[in-house]
Amino acid sequence: MDAIKRYFRSPAAIVGLLLLLVVIGMAISAGWFYPRDPLSLAGRPLIWPFSNPRFLLGTDNSGRDIAAQIFHGARIALLIGGAATVIAVVIGVLIGAFAGYFGGWVDTVLMRITEAFQILPNFVLLLVLVAVFGSTLTTVTIAVGIVSWPAPARLTRAEFLSLRNREFVQAGRTLGMKDLQLILGEILPNALPPVIVYASVVMAVAILLESALAFLRLSDPNVASWGNLIGLGRDVLRVQWYVAAIPGIAILLTVLAVSLVGQGLNDALNPRLKGR
Amino acid sequence: MRILNLAGRRLAASIPTLLLILIGIFLLLQFAPGDTVDAMMAQMGGGDAATARELRQFYGLDLSIPMQLGNYLWRLVRFDLGFSSIYGKPVATVILERLPPTLLLMTASLSFAFFAGLVLGVIAARGVNKWPDTLISTLGLIFYATPSFWFGLMAIVVFSVYLQWLPAGGFEDIGAASTGLARTLDIASHLVLPTLTLGLIFLAIYLRIMRASMLEVLNLDFVRTARAKGLDETRIVVRHVLRNALLPMVTLIGLQAGTMLGGSVVVESVFSLPGLGRLAYESVVQRDLNTLLGIVFVSALLVIAVNFLVDLLYARLDPRISAGT
Repeated sequence: MDAIKRYFRSPAAIVGLLLLLVVIGMAISAGWFYPRDPLSLAGRPLIWPFSNPRFLLGTDNSGRDIAAQIFHGARIALLIGGAATVIAVVIGVLIGAFAGYFGGWVDTVLMRITEAFQILPNFVLLLVLVAVFGSTLTTVTIAVGIVSWPAPARLTRAEFLSLRNREFVQAGRTLGMKDLQLILGEILPNALPPVIVYASVVMAVAILLESALAFLRLSDPNVASWGNLIGLGRDVLRVQWYVAAIPGIAILLTVLAVSLVGQGLNDALNPRLKGR
Repeated sequence: MRILNLAGRRLAASIPTLLLILIGIFLLLQFAPGDTVDAMMAQMGGGDAATARELRQFYGLDLSIPMQLGNYLWRLVRFDLGFSSIYGKPVATVILERLPPTLLLMTASLSFAFFAGLVLGVIAARGVNKWPDTLISTLGLIFYATPSFWFGLMAIVVFSVYLQWLPAGGFEDIGAASTGLARTLDIASHLVLPTLTLGLIFLAIYLRIMRASMLEVLNLDFVRTARAKGLDETRIVVRHVLRNALLPMVTLIGLQAGTMLGGSVVVESVFSLPGLGRLAYESVVQRDLNTLLGIVFVSALLVIAVNFLVDLLYARLDPRISAGT
């Protein structure tokens, strides 16, 4: 309960939470406010925002409602960001846990693999994955998850290294618990909180990665992704700059919300580290 | 001598990792639909099966996968990255042509992010919890959340379309064909917006790290001693604190090198710079896997090289590091 109180003492954390709730609200209500396919033609192309009450945020190059794409885009951003983060954290925790618990050659091999992934530029690896496996919503999400696991792995490994010889683990060992039981039942629950907090960073980066991919037209073209819309807006940038400007602000606010909530959680759960 | 020793060991340690990367990527590419020959045939506007078979034989694509991998690695050892059917040149040549703009862009962005981050971080730490700190920290958060390609587009709208101060894209004016100083200035003016765009997110990270490490060092005993000796604050910061606070910043350069290379893919596409990042994008779109594999190889080498330089710099900043090993 103290942690919750500490969370709400920080104005930045409250702003982050409110922003995130707005984005989640947009994602949930998208079907309600804009029941039509957001990628269907709605009116005249390139209507400026606020000039026609039917299209509050205007229309894009081919006459699709920008507001509808922003609302439905919130779904895509949260979906891809969330799912990719889960994938990255699961892979990272597994690899980090085994490396940190067993040590020795297991650690050496797993850390070499982690290092290999860290040396390769994230985005270049993402390009290779998309080039090979195509760019449907599922493959893009998995690909973003696959390029994002090394940092959670390192964090988990460090936690396991510091926890594996604590008294409660040795007590479990004396009781005859198996390695897997110790890893999953005893150490993991203690190692998890910092990793969960760090997941907000992974999610922020995942949303940015997908939007960059969509901007380059290498993500799924059949969904209303904010990045797709910016890519379209680029073609009419010189005069109708609002087409690219509006979805960019949506991405900025979402990533900002996720980072602020993560930072707030971190400060609330580790009060001694506040301000770092 | 010690530094060289350390460096040699680090380089040797990175060879297995590099090998792992290459084998992994090679195996990954086996999943790709179509191969170089398919791409070439499409380029030529189709062809018969006999020609395709001949071409596959010529490029060694009819061999078993372990044989192909062996061939590939053996060629890499001799820095032969194969032939790019799309560009009609050896991959190594294509990459070398595209490398300078990327290296220039990366160096410029890194320097900008590092020094601006350093200055802003110091200002924030000096006025901790007062308005300059709040302002700088908020800006840092916003920069971190800004998609770089979007920032680039908005910068083009403001500085190229409306104000017309800077060019919207390209590496230099083709028509000008100037030399010497004029050409340097021309390239520099083309690089201002890409540098800001690529550097923005790193600026945000550097200023946060600099602020945190300044705050930590400012609380250490030797700073109290320096204050007790009656040194003024500026002198304490410049002579005593900065050197120690810089260590985490330097570590970060190595960690961020890969991210920066990845970021240049997007930034070079926004500003149509003829660099390595744009080449990576083009080879994905055109399915030129030979070139893509070559870029992955060169990127890995670049990141390892940056980390190596960071190690050398680190050993200079903190003599204990090289003495300890």
